[in-house]
Parts: sequence; C-alpha cells; structure tokens
Amino acid sequence: MKADLVSFLCGIVFAIGLGISGMTRPAKVIGFLDFTGAWDLSLAFVMIGAISVFFVAYRLSRKMRTPLLAAQFSIPKRTDLDAQLISGAAIFGAGWGLGGFCPGPAITSLASGAMPVVVFVAAMAAGIYLYAIVQRFGRTRAAHVALASADS
Amino acid sequence: MHHFTPFAALIGGILIGLSASAMLLLEGTIAGISGICAGVLNPAKGDTAWKVCFVAGLLAGGMLLRTVLPAAFDFGIIRPYGMLILAGLLVGFGTRLGNGCTSGHGVCGIGRLSPRSMVATVTFIASGALVVYLVNHVLGGSL
Repeated sequence: MKADLVSFLCGIVFAIGLGISGMTRPAKVIGFLDFTGAWDLSLAFVMIGAISVFFVAYRLSRKMRTPLLAAQFSIPKRTDLDAQLISGAAIFGAGWGLGGFCPGPAITSLASGAMPVVVFVAAMAAGIYLYAIVQRFGRTRAAHVALASADS
Repeated sequence: MHHFTPFAALIGGILIGLSASAMLLLEGTIAGISGICAGVLNPAKGDTAWKVCFVAGLLAGGMLLRTVLPAAFDFGIIRPYGMLILAGLLVGFGTRLGNGCTSGHGVCGIGRLSPRSMVATVTFIASGALVVYLVNHVLGGSL
C-alpha cells in the first residue's frame, strides 16, 4: 500500500518535472532535434539534470542490499548490443521526431484534454499491442520450427 | 522561434531524476515510462499495481500542471492527425522492440552507465533528428 502511494507520488513529481522542463511541448522537442534549423539545446539540460541525480542514486543503491520498501532490486542486467535494441531505438526516435511526444509527456499531456494527444496515445497503445502480437506470433513460429526440426 | 530555457530544463530534469531515484531506492524499480505503459496494457500478475499507480500519478501531475502551469500544454507544434497516428504507432512499437524510451534508456540507463542505453539514446536522438530534418527541411513541415 505504501509502495503504491510512493509510485503515485513519484508519477506526480515526474509529470511536474516534464511540464517545467518543456518536454510536454512538441515545439521544444522538435526544436531540440532540429540540428540544422533553429536548434534549441534546452532539452539537453533536462538530461543533464535528470542523469546527474539518478547517477548518484544508482551509486547509492549499489550499497544497499534491498530497496527500502521492496524485497529486491529489479534492474536490467544485459550489456550486449543487438539489432533489436538498435532498430527499436531507431523506430522510437522516428516516431518521437515525427510527433514530438515520447511516452511520459504524452501520458501527462492527456490531462490537457487536447484531442491530438488522445489520438497519439491511442496510437501508441496500438503500437504496444502490435508488438505483443508480433512477439507472440514469432514465438509460436519458433516453437513450430523447433518442433519440426525435433521431428526430423 | 523557440526560446532557450536551460534553467527551467535543468530544474525539470532534476525533478525527473528525483522521481526516478525515489522509485529505485524505495521500490527497486526503473522508472521507464514505456515499460510501465506496456505493463498497464498487458498486465502481469504481481507487477502491475505500481505501474497503474505511477501512470495515475502522471495524470494527476498533468491535472496539477493544467492549473498551476498551463504553459506546459502550449504545444507550439501539433502535427496533423495522420502524422500523429503514425508517430504513436512507431513510438509504441519501437519502445517495446528496443526495451525503453527517453526515461528508461535516456535517464536511468545512462545514469547506470549502461552501454545498451547509451547506444539506444544516441540512436533515437539521431533518428529523431533525421526525421525532423526530413519533415521540416525537405518536406517543408507538411505531409
């Protein structure tokens, strides 16, 4: 219960941070990505601020056996680079540049009630489901292939 | 024309970092918004409540911004609906395929000095810049 309240409060702080920083404004995002136009470097400062704080917190977490309100840390452990990571990031970046929204600011901006944001978030949800479907199909096919090769 | 706003950006970034830090130190989780969204849409047993609460917090924070800082929703640029639909599909699909977005890779991953996240972040900024170049300077801002 306490953890759920923490998550809720962290969501609020995260959203306020996004709003103050300019991340909820596609004009700022697209300005940041417009290297050959009127380049607006502001959003680099969002990253500097956020990464610096998190860098310290992560060092701190390495010294703790468990988090304060949970049984264990769940932190990604992979270090390999693969085509899936890079193509996924490239596809995400294309969508980010096209619409000017990434997931956090899009969800936060739903509160504005603006229809374009609602449409973007609905399409984003569809994209997430599409990936789940593709992944399930891939797994089924891989299973069939494995079965077929086991038979032969 | 856009204004350079490094101070507001830095303050906002620090708040984002504090939120992600609290999630890590208190709950042991990475505040990656695309993963959280996917978890809400495809719930898994025992790992969904905190994600729903975080998303609810984002929405509550948005409501707060609406009254306290309405300028946060001066979008400035709103692409046509067709572009927004394509953009949303790419963002949803791409973040799942690449396991993260600006928060999970760009903030938490780089903060952990994760090579995967560094490569992902350079990649999505580069592809975003390429698309903005194409849309703004080749196609003249309209599709």
